[in-house]
Amino acid sequence: MIEVRGLIKRYGDKIAVNDLSFDVEPGHVTGFLGPNGAGKTTTMRLILGLDYPDAGQVKIDGKQYAGLAYPMREVGALLDAKAVHGGRSAYNHLLCLAQTNNLPKRRVGDVLELVGLSDVARKRTKGFSLGMGQRLGIAATLLGDPAVLMFDEPVNGLDPEGILWIRNLMKALATEGRTVFVSSHLMSEMESTADRLIVIGRGSLLADCTMDEFIARSSGQTVRVRTPQSDLLAKAVSEALPQTTGPQITTGSVAPTATVEADGSLTVHGLTAAQVGDLAFDHGVRLHELTVVRASLEAAFMELTADSVEYRAGPEQPVPVSGEVI
Amino acid sequence: MATTTESQPTLTALPPASGRAGLRGTLASEFTKIRSVRSTYWTLLVLLVVSVGIGAAITAGTAASWSHTSPSNQASFDPTQASVAGLFYLGQLVIVVLGAMTITAEYSTGMIRTSLTAMPRRTVVYAAKAAIFAVVALVVTFVAAFASFYLGQALLTSTHDTATLSQPNVLRAVVGSALYVTLCGLFAFAIGAILRHTAGTITAVIGLLFVIPILVHLLPQSWYQDVDRWLPDAAGRALSVTVGPQPGHLFSPWSQFAVFAIYTAIVLVVGAVLFRNRDA
Repeated sequence: MIEVRGLIKRYGDKIAVNDLSFDVEPGHVTGFLGPNGAGKTTTMRLILGLDYPDAGQVKIDGKQYAGLAYPMREVGALLDAKAVHGGRSAYNHLLCLAQTNNLPKRRVGDVLELVGLSDVARKRTKGFSLGMGQRLGIAATLLGDPAVLMFDEPVNGLDPEGILWIRNLMKALATEGRTVFVSSHLMSEMESTADRLIVIGRGSLLADCTMDEFIARSSGQTVRVRTPQSDLLAKAVSEALPQTTGPQITTGSVAPTATVEADGSLTVHGLTAAQVGDLAFDHGVRLHELTVVRASLEAAFMELTADSVEYRAGPEQPVPVSGEVI
Repeated sequence: MATTTESQPTLTALPPASGRAGLRGTLASEFTKIRSVRSTYWTLLVLLVVSVGIGAAITAGTAASWSHTSPSNQASFDPTQASVAGLFYLGQLVIVVLGAMTITAEYSTGMIRTSLTAMPRRTVVYAAKAAIFAVVALVVTFVAAFASFYLGQALLTSTHDTATLSQPNVLRAVVGSALYVTLCGLFAFAIGAILRHTAGTITAVIGLLFVIPILVHLLPQSWYQDVDRWLPDAAGRALSVTVGPQPGHLFSPWSQFAVFAIYTAIVLVVGAVLFRNRDA
């Protein structure tokens, strides 16, 4: 269980984390999403006490990180797989970490075995591929058999096999009842791994909910309708009052629209399936099909973070330099 | 899909632990760190070769030209100082590199973030790092000092002007050279903790130990004498003299050592405070 309360961190004039509060609960993979520069890594550094917050605090199972009796037995964190001394062997790297927490030596062999690095245990890590380095970092997080695991962009640069391995590992760790907190900007990856989401933009919390809720709130979600009276229903939809489909996400209300697809079905934006059904009933329209078409996480994310992207391409939308925070 | 079974964690549970992570484990960890990188062995090997080698070259050269040396120069020859000169003149350069790297390599590699995640009690990490470095440096400089001394005296046998440890000041000079060089390393360690940059640290420390003394020599004589005794490297020069009077403007050898020790203590404390309070 990670509890973040009112966290604020400034670097000079720039506010990296702005009054952030959330909980990360055990038994789930919680995805931590946000555009580049949103403050994900900074938040993780603050949780681990690597950086000191300007305000607010973080508790891990009720204690501050630096106050944990054996930090590695409670939290395993991988922020940067390259943060190792390349001249040291994989075995000695893990050994020097294990020793700080009085962990038994044989544990080093066990975790190397688990991540599949036993054969290169005595090799210096500067020769490791990206994937091997990532596995070494994950081995380090598992040394202390911790109840809380944190990974910052763990699948960056991995091949499909490595991605699958990490995905399964995170799910298995959560199934064992551990807290798994993982940041990523790869939406498809998150969609298949995380069941809860914390989304931030420009250091502020944008959403804290389950994956299903997050996608359902998105206005990218549509309703597919088949009806012999599509003209009538399309007219009814376009005359319907704008509805706020995402009550907790302030993306503004969207005027409902209906478009006729090539196969003759209607795609309705801006209304829920229930609202479309009621509308059809009110106008005496017979329905042959009424289906919710789930938006992708990517679409939902893009919609939510459209206003908080720090760096974007193209000159037509200059990034606000000042006043973007608060 | 048979792909999900491949990577289930199969770790055995750890036995429960009492107490908390502290200095003992961190000392073991820091010893593992220093002994598990090749640069440590290279640096220490260079220290031994340079110290013993230069000492041997000076003493062998002296022995070879002894018959042409004037009686007054023979009388003022200091066989102890000559034998350990390689250590306290050049050995300090080498130990400065190791002392600096002990802490700056953590920053240049990013390892510091991994280290402080494993052990977030930073003062403990800093103390363990400094202590392990000091012990390693002491062992190696003592070996270098005594090896240089004995080899040098053996090479000087033909001159019949050799020193033994029982003669006045000789043991002080040999032990003092090792202590002085170790202190140089600790000084570099502390500057490294402050600057967090390898090249910057080595440049700054070599400037203080080598360049400033040369510049001070250019001052008018009376100024030079007032300033010189407050320089860190004066400790090495004072401790190694066994024949003839001490340079008059310096404090006694151990007082001169104390001056440098106090400087080192101050920068170690400043380094500790910054290490603790800055974002890693």
